Amino acid sequence: MSLAQALLQGDRRALSRALTWVENATPEGEELLQALFPHTGRAHLVGITGPPGVGKSTLVNQLARYYRKDHTPPKTVAIVAVDPTSPFTGGALLGDRIRMRDLAGDPGVFIRSMASRGAVGGLAWATGRVAQVLDAAGFDLIFIETVGTGQAEVDIARLAHTVVVVQAPGLGDEVQALKAGILEIADILVVNKADRPGAAEMARTLAQWLPKVEGEGEEEPSWQPPILLTTALRGQGIPEVARALEAHRAFLQRTGLWQARERDRLEAEIRECLREALWQAWEVRGGRERLEAMVQAVLQRKMAPQDAVRRLLETTSAQP
Amino acid sequence: MEKRRIRVLIAKPGLDGHDRGAKIVARALRDAGMEVIYTGIRQTPEMIAEAALQEDVDVVGLSILSGAHMTLVPQVLEKLREVGMGHVVVLVGGIIPPDDVPKLLEMGVYRVYGPGTPTSQIVEDIREAVLHSASSAQLEPVP
Repeated sequence: MSLAQALLQGDRRALSRALTWVENATPEGEELLQALFPHTGRAHLVGITGPPGVGKSTLVNQLARYYRKDHTPPKTVAIVAVDPTSPFTGGALLGDRIRMRDLAGDPGVFIRSMASRGAVGGLAWATGRVAQVLDAAGFDLIFIETVGTGQAEVDIARLAHTVVVVQAPGLGDEVQALKAGILEIADILVVNKADRPGAAEMARTLAQWLPKVEGEGEEEPSWQPPILLTTALRGQGIPEVARALEAHRAFLQRTGLWQARERDRLEAEIRECLREALWQAWEVRGGRERLEAMVQAVLQRKMAPQDAVRRLLETTSAQP
Repeated sequence: MEKRRIRVLIAKPGLDGHDRGAKIVARALRDAGMEVIYTGIRQTPEMIAEAALQEDVDVVGLSILSGAHMTLVPQVLEKLREVGMGHVVVLVGGIIPPDDVPKLLEMGVYRVYGPGTPTSQIVEDIREAVLHSASSAQLEPVP
């Protein structure tokens, strides 16, 4: 039996090995993705993002628990937790599982930690592919927890159907949270650690700054991101977040936005594969040696980088 | 494009709550360029095997200071085999009486480290072990 078949039949060891292949971009991994692709497109991909220390892992842990124990019928849950790779050593300390111990022993849950491996958008290069494999493996919900993000790491918005942005009071001036990027990608906003002073004020301020979706045309489908208060450590506010996730999913499906997002995501993926393939084809045709010669010429200021590129394209056909 | 990193699970089985040593080792391995999954204290053998499986690690490092190593280690090894992860390199660190060391090695532990072991030694051992364990590249059938 092939690894893909074993995976589709629910073999967790096969799934785990498949994720490694895909993460490492091995040729086996590429083949596997192709074999699995027809089985993807079913899972609800939920991104969980926000600054370090706001309680993303704890929230994911509680949401997963809720879907396993309190939701009828229970949903199966996969979690991809991304932590940063050290730019200096290439190593990483992946500690999100510490907060997910409640989920141990449940065959309906699968947790995988990923190091960002040099990617800077809050995810790893292969996170989308890892999510595809988990989707093919049949998980209903896939939570993707980004690295603790600052203000610009918004790759998750391209990958997930629903983005939950988590904030917490007491992490500095709320203007930090308002700076561009992170709030704009929120489909659901969670103010965690709501038992701390300042949570309600924070929620009120955020409400003023959230993008208001008031369509010009009445027919324009609109979604107003809800702001929810949680104390994830004690499980407070979790059912409300789960309800908001379901509501957002229903909204996307009702309005056709689910398919639209899917389309955008797949187009981006095709573009990326195409770029990679063109580059490789170009290299195979001797592009690399010619590139080196051009670098020397540019270094000596004999030509500008733009001239070099034009000449490279003229003399090395990129036709695969 | 292919990129491979050594993945290590650091776990503390049993009931003692002293994880300073485990954290020092975790940090040293990260600084040596490895991906270290840190699971925290009070892990059961089942939890350790499950995490090793889900994370597809090459190495499992167990920190045991409670004196219960002769009970816990065989349980972890058995659970690892049960889930199809019998090939991983298992290291044990902590306070292990010298008489117990050969017994642990006999069971299948790769190395046992006492207090004061330089972390560079652990890094070196892991690199060597992973390099030589061709079996970790294979997928063994789950019994």
